[in-house]
Amino acid sequence: MPEPKTILELRDVHARAGDAEILKGIDLTLRGGEVHAIMGPNGSGKSTLANVLAGRPTVEVTKGQVLFEGNDLTALAPEERARAGIFLAFQYPVEIPGVANMYFLKAALNALRSARGEDELDAIDFLSLAREKMNLVEMDEKLMSRSVNEGFSGGEKKRNEILQMAILEPRLAILDETDSGLDIDALRIVASGVNALRGPDRAMLVITHYQRLLDYIVPDYVHVLSEGRIVHSGGKELALELEKKGYGWLEVEPEPAAAQ
Amino acid sequence: MAESTDPILEQLTQREYQYGFVTDIETDTIPPGLNEDVVRLISAKKEEPEWLLEWRLKALQRFFEMLEAETEPTWAAVDYPKIDYQDIIYYSAPKQQLQLESLDQVDPELIRTYEKLGISLTEQKRLSGVAVDAVFDSVSVATTFKGELEKKGVLFCSFSEAVKEYPELIQKYLGSVVPYSDNFFACLNSAVFSDGSFAYVPKGVRCPMELSTYFRINSAGTGQFERTLIVAEEGAYVSYLEGCTAPQRDENQLHAAVVELVALDDAEIKYSTVQNWYPGDENGVGGIYNFVTKRGACRGKRSKISWTQVETGSAITWKYPSCILQGDDSVGEFYSVAMTNHRQQADTGTKMIHIGKNTTSTIVSKGISAGRGQQSYRGLVRMGPKAENARNHSQCDSLLLGDQCGAHTFPYLEVKNPSATVEHEATTSKIGEDQLFYCRQRGLSEEDAVSMIVNGFCKEVLRELPMEFAVEAQNLLGLSLEGAVG
Repeated sequence: MPEPKTILELRDVHARAGDAEILKGIDLTLRGGEVHAIMGPNGSGKSTLANVLAGRPTVEVTKGQVLFEGNDLTALAPEERARAGIFLAFQYPVEIPGVANMYFLKAALNALRSARGEDELDAIDFLSLAREKMNLVEMDEKLMSRSVNEGFSGGEKKRNEILQMAILEPRLAILDETDSGLDIDALRIVASGVNALRGPDRAMLVITHYQRLLDYIVPDYVHVLSEGRIVHSGGKELALELEKKGYGWLEVEPEPAAAQ
Repeated sequence: MAESTDPILEQLTQREYQYGFVTDIETDTIPPGLNEDVVRLISAKKEEPEWLLEWRLKALQRFFEMLEAETEPTWAAVDYPKIDYQDIIYYSAPKQQLQLESLDQVDPELIRTYEKLGISLTEQKRLSGVAVDAVFDSVSVATTFKGELEKKGVLFCSFSEAVKEYPELIQKYLGSVVPYSDNFFACLNSAVFSDGSFAYVPKGVRCPMELSTYFRINSAGTGQFERTLIVAEEGAYVSYLEGCTAPQRDENQLHAAVVELVALDDAEIKYSTVQNWYPGDENGVGGIYNFVTKRGACRGKRSKISWTQVETGSAITWKYPSCILQGDDSVGEFYSVAMTNHRQQADTGTKMIHIGKNTTSTIVSKGISAGRGQQSYRGLVRMGPKAENARNHSQCDSLLLGDQCGAHTFPYLEVKNPSATVEHEATTSKIGEDQLFYCRQRGLSEEDAVSMIVNGFCKEVLRELPMEFAVEAQNLLGLSLEGAVG
């Protein structure tokens, strides 16, 4: 069997947000079909890592390489990355008043399709696609005519993110604390939606603070992020160990002042 | 999000004004200057009756008094050099016969101009079922669908024509809502107005199509002073649209129009504007001074007047479409989107004057500022002593793009009846970095994202526009604002 294709490769990535250096040398490789979990305490750099991959303008890569299917991403705008096949499910999906959810999704899909040289979907074709995918996350059709995320419950927002992912079919999906603010039923629905999207051509990076999500989305690898570095990597059992022992036993010593 | 050096931003905010061309057409133009002879000349060219000339001359006299007393209004939050009223051309018209039997007689150059503006009169005539009156510089050049409207008893023609054909209606209603002495600019207009549109919908008639006037300033150095009068008799309904563009010039040009609406018992007038006069360049050179008086009188019981405006153009906008709610149970509405980019200034809002019982008014104002644009919402809600159970709801939202623009809200409330209810809500927000990033992460370009967010912000107003204009307005907002985020 041929080795699965490398989708994402990070080489010694350093990044800053504002004046603070948050990521201090990340090495990470994701291949097709793999699900990697990034765990770590608050402030360890998890969300910054997600933003680095998606190209958020407020985050700057100061050193290292971010390779997506072999191409360096660092110079690309967020929309160019999205069109290349990178999707970020946001921890806090934003509200866009006055813009219907259905309209937004259709515009997004068509932006991706035209970037790939495909025909744009018309309203009817889009609707049947959307309906099919809505079943995945048990999404109420009423939410499609409402403004994007406006007045949605926490669970509805997260389901909406997974619905978008299902429709946009990325090759790299980053889930940033998708479990935060979800009750157990919503968590199960969201997780089953994510699991349905696992496939040999797609890699996923699941960022979470808690083990709980990983009971439902079982990762192939677990990495522990602490103070901007991956301090430990292992299989799915590492998550259980973290659940029992907490993060304390893994944490690296505070950086020596000599580093300056 | 200090991204003012963003190349996309620069590229887009420097996008050129699409309608900045000049039409090479022979015009009949008088020299600049304002005096009694000019007014007499305009009146003579229009072959006006004596009473109208006298009305103009009274207005001129009053205007000179105001000029002398230096009562040009200065309360608006706009800043511009003193206007020399003797340096303006008060009459300019395409040089050809004014009486046109059909579009075939219109100068082909003029037709091409309207086609460039996206309003092919012939196409409009055939396809869209919108009756169009086109006003080029100072005169009306073509009105479509006239015959068909006449079958229903609807009168729709240029103002000059109406003066000749229906003098009794003009005499009855002209100045009845905005008297010649109303304010500085209305007074100037009353003295020198050259054309405009007139619409009259008789009792019980629902006007079978949208009526539309397209205003175009072409000649240099001219002022445009048009006058619009719309009368809806008992139980009548009419929806009227106006659009405006002007060439790109380094000088400022004055546009001082007056619009009067009269709605009798159970009548409804819906008046929509998409204003895209040349706004000046990114340094604030050139552009139209748009100083306009628009007022509707809900004279009859249960009458309704609804103003919808999308203001994206002009260097300076000074405009307060208002409703006088005189009839019991009458309804006034004002839906506005105003956009200022670069160095544009807008001071706009409305006046809702509640006189009758159970009168209601709704104000929805959406202001968008980008670049160094400055804008103010200025609105008066007056509940008169007899306005039992009158109600008003006002909502003023401002959206800021970047940190060099400004938004201001000046609500004035005068409540003289204890049973009246007045509500005012105001919000100011910025397009968030998080909103933009979210959209871009889904594959939308920055400019599409801004356009989408702005259109969402304005949705409550845009949905009030007739279909034909809603699309145009959305595109216009997108064009004027794309990428204007700092």
